[in-house]
Amino acid sequence: MRKSITIFGIVAASMIAATAQAGTLEDVKARGVLSCGVNNGLPGFSQPDEKNNWTGLDVDTCRAVAAAVLGDANKVSFKPLTAKERFTALQSGEVDILSRNTTWTQTRDTSLGLKYAGVNYYDGQGFLAHKALGVKSAKDLDGASVCIQAGTTTELNVADYFRLHGMKYSSVVFDTADQTREGFEAGRCDTLTSDQSQLYAIRSKMADPTSAVVLPEVISKEPLGPVVRQGDDAWFNIVRWTLFMQIEAEELGITSANVDDLKANTTNPGIKRILGTEDNAGERMGLSADWAYNAIKQVGNYGEMFDRNVGPATPLAIARGLNALWSNGGIQYAPPLR
Amino acid sequence: MNEFKPLPNLPPPVATAGVIGWLRANLFPSPFSALLTVLGIYFLYITLVPFLDWAVFSADWFGTDKSACISGGACWAFVTSRIDFFIYGFFPTSEVWRINICFALFVISFAPQFFDAFPYKKNLGIFSLTVFPAISYVLISGGWFGLVEVSTEKWGGLSLTLMLAYVGIVAALPFGVVLALGRRSQLPVIRTFCILFIEWWRGVPLISVLFMSSVMLPLFLPEGMNFDKLLRALIGIIMFQSAYMAEVVRGGLQAIPRGQHEAADALGLGYWKSMLLVILPQALKLVIPGIVNTFIALFKDTTLVLIIGLFEVLASVEAVVRGAQWRGLTFEGYVFVGLCFWVFCFGMSRYSQKLERKLNTGHKR
Amino acid sequence: MSERLNTPQVPKTAIWNDPTFRAIAIQVLASIAIIWFFWTIFDNTLTNMSSRGITTGFGFLNNTAGFGILMSLIDYDETYTYGRTFYVGLLNTLLVSFLAIVCATVIGFIIGVARLSKNWLISKMAAVYVESIRNVPLLLQIFFWNFAVIQPLLPSPKQSFALADMFFLNNRGAYLPKPHFDDRIWLVVIAIFAAIVAIVYVTKWARRRQESTGQPFHTFWAGLGILLGLPLATYFLSGVQVTVDYPALQGFNMRGGTEVIPELLSLTLALATYTASFIAEIVRAGIQGVSYGQTEAARALGLRHAYTLRLVVIPQAMRIIIPPLTGQYLNLMKNSSLATAIGYPDLVGVFMGTTLNQTGQAVEIVGMTMAVYLAISLIISAFMNWWNKHMALVER
Repeated sequence: MRKSITIFGIVAASMIAATAQAGTLEDVKARGVLSCGVNNGLPGFSQPDEKNNWTGLDVDTCRAVAAAVLGDANKVSFKPLTAKERFTALQSGEVDILSRNTTWTQTRDTSLGLKYAGVNYYDGQGFLAHKALGVKSAKDLDGASVCIQAGTTTELNVADYFRLHGMKYSSVVFDTADQTREGFEAGRCDTLTSDQSQLYAIRSKMADPTSAVVLPEVISKEPLGPVVRQGDDAWFNIVRWTLFMQIEAEELGITSANVDDLKANTTNPGIKRILGTEDNAGERMGLSADWAYNAIKQVGNYGEMFDRNVGPATPLAIARGLNALWSNGGIQYAPPLR
Repeated sequence: MNEFKPLPNLPPPVATAGVIGWLRANLFPSPFSALLTVLGIYFLYITLVPFLDWAVFSADWFGTDKSACISGGACWAFVTSRIDFFIYGFFPTSEVWRINICFALFVISFAPQFFDAFPYKKNLGIFSLTVFPAISYVLISGGWFGLVEVSTEKWGGLSLTLMLAYVGIVAALPFGVVLALGRRSQLPVIRTFCILFIEWWRGVPLISVLFMSSVMLPLFLPEGMNFDKLLRALIGIIMFQSAYMAEVVRGGLQAIPRGQHEAADALGLGYWKSMLLVILPQALKLVIPGIVNTFIALFKDTTLVLIIGLFEVLASVEAVVRGAQWRGLTFEGYVFVGLCFWVFCFGMSRYSQKLERKLNTGHKR
Repeated sequence: MSERLNTPQVPKTAIWNDPTFRAIAIQVLASIAIIWFFWTIFDNTLTNMSSRGITTGFGFLNNTAGFGILMSLIDYDETYTYGRTFYVGLLNTLLVSFLAIVCATVIGFIIGVARLSKNWLISKMAAVYVESIRNVPLLLQIFFWNFAVIQPLLPSPKQSFALADMFFLNNRGAYLPKPHFDDRIWLVVIAIFAAIVAIVYVTKWARRRQESTGQPFHTFWAGLGILLGLPLATYFLSGVQVTVDYPALQGFNMRGGTEVIPELLSLTLALATYTASFIAEIVRAGIQGVSYGQTEAARALGLRHAYTLRLVVIPQAMRIIIPPLTGQYLNLMKNSSLATAIGYPDLVGVFMGTTLNQTGQAVEIVGMTMAVYLAISLIISAFMNWWNKHMALVER
């Protein structure tokens, strides 16, 4: 027995990637790779493409942080997580950032040992129903079976909604978004509920997209954003300000295409501050002066991320809506970067 | 004197020999049995015939997407067109030769075990348990000798399943033996610990163990210390199955007569020597079927890692049959994966039966 | 090792060669290592949890859950607590385990006996069943039954398979009529218990009579008669009012009656057919384990075939069968946790799934879940060990 313990000890010790105990920033720098928890398959937000590269808005959010911290947007290891695993994975240190269309709620913010670093997509929950049922409104859904993904706020919202309207329902929960869609398509449920952005993605993946309709009601507020562990303020600031910086960059008109030009030639003090040619925003967070330049050059500003992944030119074709800049009638608003 | 010439033997009655005799004895010995036979044949007729027609005769074998499947039978085109993905997962195409070398080594080190005449079986056995895993690890993970490093997230498909199963099997047996010896030890501390260890692992479901190892383990370790997700899942599977293995081996240890222990002691052998040279070889031989059943259970349990997001063969087939190109081929997909597992597990159980017959020298009735 | 502990000691050996000293030293070292190991884990966990601001403790069990569960054997809706979700999940686990154990035992015994049949075809078919089912992973079989058989084959509620407008089967589940009794039903319940007590006494009486007079008594048929007759008589005499709640299509789904969700069907099917393949092998080994001399001896005593089986072969075979059979039952119960893969709301799916995610208290919840499985395993194996001892051959 003693032998086996020794053997186990040796094996374990030799396999452990021992990193110094320090803040997440130091850990990430020492490791040279950012570990990012993403959805295991959600079009527009995080999905592996045919070459098995992860793409999507949530994925780009992580890539921007990697570019800001490590100077290379590709130094991210994406960990696909189910909804059920995500918080435990972040709490335990399995991932450095959880960027997995995760709704910001008071309970999660206060009791899970997590901090929401910002909102990269304002969403709301809706319903997708089989056209054959002839349902026009969510209020007609009394007695329906509802397909839901396990462990999400949608599970709670749908319970609230049906309770509020005095309707009955039965919830059929699945582990992954794909299984939920399959369940709905196979007729296991009358309706599928999820965030609006996902409903269109799900419908587009169906064998016959015209057989389902998105009902008009939006029954909840779903601010989605990157999450980090509580108690590491330096890391929290980096993630929060990388996102703010991208929003600010869009406002100032800095794009991945013109960033080199602007860095060399601009006279705008706001742009100079962001690109690190004036002031030292990066250093204040323990990053290099060109943190924002790297992120914008390699990933782009917020508008570019949005358009590339979920915008009108993509199969999802989602309008900016709430996610437009505050100056364009939306609510994406970054505090001043100075 | 007349030589006695017996008459030639009469042929046996037609009803008891030859095909008719066999049929009568084995299929229609009594009215009830005959009824069962007829029902059985009818059952086979209504299940096997349509199944064979579906799976073989009117199946489509080649094509690039589902539209190639028009004949109404099974659509195996997804297997032929995505076979690389099912075997290698996301492993970079340019590096796939490394896995192929491992497969070749695997075949080379195991195929001769089936031929009795092959002289270097023992050396080959040692090679396949020690050097082979080491070479494979270096080859597949890379990072040495100028090989490109391939992170474990890219491992997948059947090769991942086989890797998990192989390492699990190689590690679970010795660990289980140690636990079984510990459980029968005379030292109360060791014995209690082993009993608690074994009963704990046998009492909890593997899925909760995998959940713990995949997302909770960093909570138990000092901050900043972590190891690879694949390795953690592997350790979970090994611990789980070694507890079962320990119980199997304990059964064998209990069946060894006391005289064997006493004889070993009389020869002046110490504890480890008497165990390794006298008791264990006999005990393990007795429980070969149980050991192989545990191996098979371990092999099948590797599918559970898909729940924690590792891309073994079932997960990769799921991904394909749920994707846009091959949507709805769930039935074919599951039959294909089932066949993959069946080939390996059935092979193992047959090999164990052969081994059991060969090593059967005593003790057993 | 005790042999060496007890041997007379050779004088003047070095202390590290002294068996007693070695035994103590090894144990002390091992205890230190073990205690150190577990204390480190415990300490790390506490440190990590407090440094990351993770809520600890079991207070969350009293908070409102706020989510629905597909199937519950006890009253449950969104307004109940997280603690209640634990019981809902646990009962669902026990339900599916119980159903699957019953089915697996029946199928397993049939296949096991068929495997020994003198009929070549039947025995080969049983062998093919066993070899093909047990060599394929259970998770795959659960997926297969759910996603490739049950889901695609069952029709939508509007096109339900219906039997006499009372039983319905569609892709939302099976619907059966549900009887409601008035209060006098407890008389019937009492009658059932009374019948069980009566059967115990009749059995004892029959055995005494057979031992003293040699006359057998048809205990089985008498018992069946008591078990059915007494409650039925009570039922008719007490005049219990029965109202039956028939399921009917209303809106999207069937309403009323008893609902059996399709996930329960597919999970039960998968678990039962899978475990049956192992039980079949156990049964075969058990029957083959009874030496043929026993059968011949019974024949020599003039026992008929049925009596030979019932009185001689089966009791001895059961002695071999019971221990591994228990192991299979325990495996089945633990395997039922794979339910989470197809969305059946068992303990792992509900409590270690949704509840864990809504509260984030992984350590407490996973601990509780594992403790439940561990407790059930230990209770059943303790009971079976006791039973096994009770049944074991008493040798002279």
